[in-house]
Amino acid sequence: MSNTTDGTKAKESTRNRPTVKHPSSQTEIESLGHEQPYEGQERNPDAPADIHEIKPRKRKSQWLEVWQRLIKNKAAIVGGILLLILIFSAIFADFIAPYAYDFQNPQFTRQAPSSDFWFGTDHLGRDVFSRVVYGSRISIQVGFIAVGIAMISGGILGSISGYYSGRIDNVIMRLMDVLLAIPGILLAISIAAALGPGLVNIMIAVGISSIPRYARIVRASVLSLRDQEFVEAAKAVGANDFRIITKYIIPNAMAPIIVQSTLGVAEAILSAAGLSFIGLGIQPPIPEWGAMLSQARTYLRDSPHMSIFPGLAIMFTIFALNLLGDGLRDALDPRLKG
Amino acid sequence: MHKYIGRRILLLLPVLIGVSFIVFTMMYITPGDPAAIILGEQAADREIQMLREQMGLNDPFIVQYGRFARGVFTQLDFGRSWTTRAFVFDEVFNRFPTTLTLAATGVLVAVLIGIPVGIISATKQYSLFDNIAMVFALLGVSIPNFFFGLMAIIIFSVWLGWFPSSGYSSPMHMILPAITIGTGSAAMVTRMTRSSMLEVIRQDYIRTARAKGQKESVVINRHALKNALIPVVTVVGLSFGYLLGGAVLTERVFSINGIGNLMVASIQERNYPMVQGGVLFIAFTFSVVNLFVDILYAFIDPRIRAQYK
Repeated sequence: MSNTTDGTKAKESTRNRPTVKHPSSQTEIESLGHEQPYEGQERNPDAPADIHEIKPRKRKSQWLEVWQRLIKNKAAIVGGILLLILIFSAIFADFIAPYAYDFQNPQFTRQAPSSDFWFGTDHLGRDVFSRVVYGSRISIQVGFIAVGIAMISGGILGSISGYYSGRIDNVIMRLMDVLLAIPGILLAISIAAALGPGLVNIMIAVGISSIPRYARIVRASVLSLRDQEFVEAAKAVGANDFRIITKYIIPNAMAPIIVQSTLGVAEAILSAAGLSFIGLGIQPPIPEWGAMLSQARTYLRDSPHMSIFPGLAIMFTIFALNLLGDGLRDALDPRLKG
Repeated sequence: MHKYIGRRILLLLPVLIGVSFIVFTMMYITPGDPAAIILGEQAADREIQMLREQMGLNDPFIVQYGRFARGVFTQLDFGRSWTTRAFVFDEVFNRFPTTLTLAATGVLVAVLIGIPVGIISATKQYSLFDNIAMVFALLGVSIPNFFFGLMAIIIFSVWLGWFPSSGYSSPMHMILPAITIGTGSAAMVTRMTRSSMLEVIRQDYIRTARAKGQKESVVINRHALKNALIPVVTVVGLSFGYLLGGAVLTERVFSINGIGNLMVASIQERNYPMVQGGVLFIAFTFSVVNLFVDILYAFIDPRIRAQYK
């Protein structure tokens, strides 16, 4: 160990000398050298420890760069903060909500918003604010799990399709075309109608109905990466297909998948709320925002507050996710910025 | 060109068969015995068995699908309602004009708002107008149309009393639903028009047009817009299908008697053939609309036309 430290010290001193002497001309070359470990090795064959120091730094800097671009985007920051508030209220709903979501107070039915009931009460005397707060749990769950289902199934189908091409690609993609021929919300409706109401079924219905989009995106990425040299190198080393796809291709195809999933969570929440609104989704007394709107519809004339607040909650959630998704897209691929 | 259109029509057929297969499979896996649902709770076992035999429910899956597909594609027979025994196709088809009108007025709203706003936003990028338009576009994408509809009813029918809140019998009845269903698409079309225009404006041929001293309005309307509209046509076409789907929710909000409301009512009484019939019908319409968009595409874009000469 002592030898290598001496080696690095010696190397660093030789390295730093020219940069100090000619800062303007040498800094660029030096920084290039940092990103390409093999050059450093050529210059200092005695100091192999150098490679290990540099490698992780390069990996980090790519995501660091994305992060730096992202936090410069004010809209994305606003979206991120709104989303954090939502997640916070979902986690700490028990502490934030003044009442239980199913606590009925028959004396105070359909009260207008007041200091006791911030968002008023519904037709059963339940506190709308508490229900909206608890509702964030349901929406976040549905959004993330549905996207998870879609992303994993779509990702697997898309990878197989893109990596192997040929007949299997044809079969999978034609199936996806067929699914895309049914408008998303209708596909979700018919799956949900087949499975019956309930939280889990909604997640499955919304998840399945957005599989084709992920399959297409992943397939396109895999297709463009499949013949790259680093994949060939992995093949030459003897890595099997599973390892090549999961270790070499997918990590390089993450950018479009991340963007699509952020926007996808928004869409999933929207679809789930829509399903609940037409009575296919979550059953009472579970406080789902779409279901709350559905019940509030009856009392629209006299108690508009019953629909305004759950609706605003949906809207701000979707808004936040869209802001963040747009920001992520710009940060991950600046060329796409229009 | 004819070759292209012919090819696209031929490609439509397998998609339609695929859709019918998926829709049928979904109905098949739905829990509950159709015969028992049709006959009600008091039915005797023997009656249920007889009806099952009569409806062919004891046949293997693939035989049942074959019968269904033959009915759908040769006689437009989408099955029968479990509650009234009426033909699903007739029920759905009767309500189709309403749903189609709703979706079409929505597309009209989307185009009338989206394209002009998108153009102005692009030509005055980062101006106050652009910034406000983009915030509204993002809000428009984010607002669920059923919530927008409820708010529109509260403001424009309950408070201001300008428009009726339900029904679909006169042009006045159509305005709020059209705006409700079209807002999300208007926002999408605005964003698409803007980004597409921005891309086109930076092209060399626009600089050439300006350099030769062409008036700015001609540069924008003739040179830029024509090229920028190609991706917009796709978005408008796709949003038409999206609106046919979204009609389910909007019809529910405004109590409009279209396919969507029929489906919702059928879901509640577990009348699944009607639900699947509605899905099948709209998916077919959607596929045909997409076909038209593709063909229209070839008409607008000479580059695509050239490929199939």
